[in-house]
Amino acid sequence: MTQIKVLGPGCPKCKTTYNNVLEALKQTNAEAEVEKVEDIEQMMKYNVLTTPVLMINEKIKIKGRVAQVNEIIDLLKN
Amino acid sequence: MFDWIQNFADWLIYSVFDIGADTHLGTALNFFIYDTIKILILLFLIVFLMGILNAYLPVEKLKDFLHRKKLYGLEYFFASVFGAITPFCSCSSVPLFIGFVQGGIPLGVTFSFLITSPLVNEVAIAMFIGMFGLKATLIYVGSGILLGTIGGWILGKFNLEEWLSEWVKKILGSKMEQDGIDQEKQSFRQRLPEITQGALDIVKGVLIYVIIGIAIGAAMHGYVPENFFGEYLGGGQWWTVPVAVIFAVPMYANAAGIVPVIEVFVAKGVPLGTAIAFMMATVGLSIPEATLLKKVMSMRLIGTYFGVVTLFIILSGFLFNMLL
Repeated sequence: MTQIKVLGPGCPKCKTTYNNVLEALKQTNAEAEVEKVEDIEQMMKYNVLTTPVLMINEKIKIKGRVAQVNEIIDLLKN
Repeated sequence: MFDWIQNFADWLIYSVFDIGADTHLGTALNFFIYDTIKILILLFLIVFLMGILNAYLPVEKLKDFLHRKKLYGLEYFFASVFGAITPFCSCSSVPLFIGFVQGGIPLGVTFSFLITSPLVNEVAIAMFIGMFGLKATLIYVGSGILLGTIGGWILGKFNLEEWLSEWVKKILGSKMEQDGIDQEKQSFRQRLPEITQGALDIVKGVLIYVIIGIAIGAAMHGYVPENFFGEYLGGGQWWTVPVAVIFAVPMYANAAGIVPVIEVFVAKGVPLGTAIAFMMATVGLSIPEATLLKKVMSMRLIGTYFGVVTLFIILSGFLFNMLL
């Protein structure tokens, strides 16, 4: 199953990204394991500098900005 | 360049709504319409330009540059400039801090970046051009960069490593070589919609603060008598700068909301230097930021960091008041 992670220390932008992921999954009827990573120590393992970060299957797809719903849908298709 | 907006505001308020140009309400509304339109246009333009710059110079690249190049002391200056051009989000400050230190960048240089990043940001630059003109903007940006450079350099002299949190020290001990950036290359054309969207998002995000700030400013413009503040907070009293800065440090306000208000303070007699220092303290240091940094620094380190930056903001306030 697809694994999606949203990395961010709980700021508004991170929450929006997380909600956009849920919305994208809902619109496409896709199933995925969605995880929110808020712990900084955990986050630093992925070597990120700017948050929020959207990861799909352990690969960084979008970082430093809110991922839009249609962007996430496109990313999930590939 | 902005004459047409003034003409539009005059026409709308004085002709369409038929409110006299000699009434308080008329001048306040006219100022509100003119400033709101002008600021929103500038805001979009500046944020958009910064977006393009950032697409080519992402923070990862800047970090690599600081790490790999021998800069002979100029690294503080470069880190400060990079802090200015990187869009600031308080939620990124901790990951940025760890990422820099982990990547082998000295603590002082990291501080240079961290100080300038909120101090000089694209929203504040746009507001400054709109409200105070180009010269004041250049002085603000220049002094913000200088402040970050010197502040970081001094903090670097303090041997602050031992005041980091335990887990951060552990990371420092095990400096690992980091992988390259895992991101697809995109052409400028592909990126453009994304950058435009990003700029629109930022403008949308600060819109409410701009409108509230300008509304308060407009009300004050119409109702507060000329030179009202000048009598009480004028340049003659040296203590106004430190008092303004110390009040502003714990406060947090968006640059978008605070600039229109200080513009009125200046128009009514407060020296520009005092006003700029007040704004820098408001956007640069705040209680919410200190709370975030607590995860990676001891209180003592946060205290030193805030203390040094506060001191330099006060000094730059004095300097502006002498120069401007």
